[in-house]
Amino acid sequence: MAPLSDNDLNDLFWINQNVIDCDIHNEVPNIEVLKPYLSDHWRSYIEESAFRGPDSDDYPEGAPTSVALSFRKTGSVKGNLDIGELREGLLDKLKIEFGILNCAYRVQAVHDEQLALTLSSAVNQWQVDTWLSRDTRLRGSIVIPSQNPMLAVKEIDRWGHDSRFVQVIMPVRSLIPYGSRKYDPIYEAVVRHGLVLGIQFGGSPGHPSTPSGWLSTYAEEFASMSQVFQSQVMSLIVEGAFDRFPTLKVSLIEGGFTWMPPLMWRLDKEWKGLRRNIPWVKKPPSEYIRKHIRLTLQPIDGPGNIQQFLEVIGQLDSEEMLMFSTDYPHWQFDRIEEAFPLGLSREVTTKILLKNAQSFYRF
Amino acid sequence: MKSSTLFKKNKNKLKTQNQKIIDCDIHNFIPSNETLYKYLPQRWREHHQMFGLRGHLGSFYPRALMNAARHDSWPPSGLPAGSDLDFMKYQLLDLYDIEFGVLNCLFGVGGQLNLEYGAALARAINDWQIAEWLDPEPRLRASLVIPYEDAELAAEEIDRVGSHPGFVQVLFLVRTREPLGRRKYHGIYEAAIKHNLPVGIHFGGAGGGPLTGAGWPSYYIEDHGGMPQAFQSQVISLVFEGIFEKFPLLKVVLIEGGFGWMPSLMWRLDNCWKKLSQEVPALKSSPSSYIRKHIWMSTQPMEEPSKPVYFKQLLEHLDASDRLMFATDYPHWDFDSPQAALPAGLDDETRKKIMSENARTLYDLN
Repeated sequence: MAPLSDNDLNDLFWINQNVIDCDIHNEVPNIEVLKPYLSDHWRSYIEESAFRGPDSDDYPEGAPTSVALSFRKTGSVKGNLDIGELREGLLDKLKIEFGILNCAYRVQAVHDEQLALTLSSAVNQWQVDTWLSRDTRLRGSIVIPSQNPMLAVKEIDRWGHDSRFVQVIMPVRSLIPYGSRKYDPIYEAVVRHGLVLGIQFGGSPGHPSTPSGWLSTYAEEFASMSQVFQSQVMSLIVEGAFDRFPTLKVSLIEGGFTWMPPLMWRLDKEWKGLRRNIPWVKKPPSEYIRKHIRLTLQPIDGPGNIQQFLEVIGQLDSEEMLMFSTDYPHWQFDRIEEAFPLGLSREVTTKILLKNAQSFYRF
Repeated sequence: MKSSTLFKKNKNKLKTQNQKIIDCDIHNFIPSNETLYKYLPQRWREHHQMFGLRGHLGSFYPRALMNAARHDSWPPSGLPAGSDLDFMKYQLLDLYDIEFGVLNCLFGVGGQLNLEYGAALARAINDWQIAEWLDPEPRLRASLVIPYEDAELAAEEIDRVGSHPGFVQVLFLVRTREPLGRRKYHGIYEAAIKHNLPVGIHFGGAGGGPLTGAGWPSYYIEDHGGMPQAFQSQVISLVFEGIFEKFPLLKVVLIEGGFGWMPSLMWRLDNCWKKLSQEVPALKSSPSSYIRKHIWMSTQPMEEPSKPVYFKQLLEHLDASDRLMFATDYPHWDFDSPQAALPAGLDDETRKKIMSENARTLYDLN
């Protein structure tokens, strides 16, 4: 890595470049907004049971991380961000070519799979009406009941031809790891439509978030989410998901990325030692990772030391893997100018801001 | 027949650049129920005969090799790998001229659902370790095993044998029923500190939940390769629960968990703490500062960076030249040889610390 120039340390130099923001949140504020999209049966079921939506709390409403102070206007908390606020707070501030919405409505936590499908359909139609049809810069992620791949495929096929959707989204915390053959119908549909599989922070499968039980605090759960991403990466590779679907593309969203180099080293070593147990995995895991997997930038889990930060990015051994994201409206930085780290070369900056996502997603 | 009659004493020691070696992770294995029964009272012997070990079932993955042991580690005596002291001397202690070795017995004491039975097993295993390993072999030290899901019973066992000079550590397996920062384990830390013993957390265990936060994977490679995630979660729990504020003298050793992930975790925790410190008010300084002060790591199995320069960077980012300790993991298949484990290019001082001196200081081995 070349020494840093003053130019590279100017924290505004990237502001005038075109960017693709790979992680913007559009939260369903409450189940009321979905009711217009539900059948009489489900509407009355929800009203009679006073069901308030999936049993999930990935972003506690009052938590400092959930909405940045600068985005937290009077009365504006999680879920109430509207298209006007999004334009003002983000879309018009940066030169956003495309912004990908990652709706975190956790239908996967609904045990009634038919209800989960119904809610998925409602959320996706709500996304179109409330967001995608109102700003041409926005692209969406299809919410699916991934706990039942057969039903999930119906929803993917319903929207797969709509070019405003570029991704299918699933929470990183699953009931069964995502490499399992059980999910093959989903991946077949994702690949067939040229979509990306987005795996996002969060989820409530009902079992503990760690291999050693339930953590006490949100802070711990927030921090430990990167371990779940590591488990999913391992699962996708060793189960042969990329061998069965050679064009499958996976975006890891909001999970950090500095854990990836040591994970690649460890998996390559494991593969050397144990590949005779998984003979369908023909190449070192790091090769699959660099080819099939991308990671969004925020929240950055790197060191404050710029030189060390550049070293870690160098250890990815790829300039293609990172994709710019703001994680709007979550609090990952105080000013929009801080959304991009200092010290990277112009060339790498452009790749992360724009080109990597451009060549990964169907825009 | 004793193994010693089946092979000659190893005269060709493999020297490691005139380096002293302390091995922080050797596994001794209880050879049979008959041996166990020698140390188990009648009441629990009968229990064992009738019901056997009962832990969190459904967590087993067939290991690559029987008992996860090296092919060549099965002693000529016919005993299981790791259960024949003479053969261990021949194949490990003498061959590599190991100055001290720390035994970590992985017998499933802590995972027993019947907690009193777990406590009885812990007493039996520790007495067996004293009689058949520590007393006969002055180079060996051992971890004291405990029924760690019950702090009261565990503390009793630490008090019972904690002052034996052969025990240098209290042992957990990393997959506990709850994260180790939780209050139910605090009594164990208190007892460990009272006896001036570090707390070792070793690869393995089964706490009743899935192996990952994303559910049950399918293969042994995910069990073996996924264990670092369990270690990371335990570090998060210990730090954010304020354990090191509550127990400022506590020393924790992560054994067989790797360490390549630690810089990333420290950065992540520091960044997370900046935003969410209100939820964890017990913390008086940054998460990484507690890790640097309280957490040691054994080397094996080492993440192997794809380029030598990355290993150098990793050690700099880790900033743990005083807290990394060499381990072989004998007799397991992923054994690290003292001659080949550490990459070339490491300066002599650092190499010496990792190969022997850090462990000497931590465990007070002289």
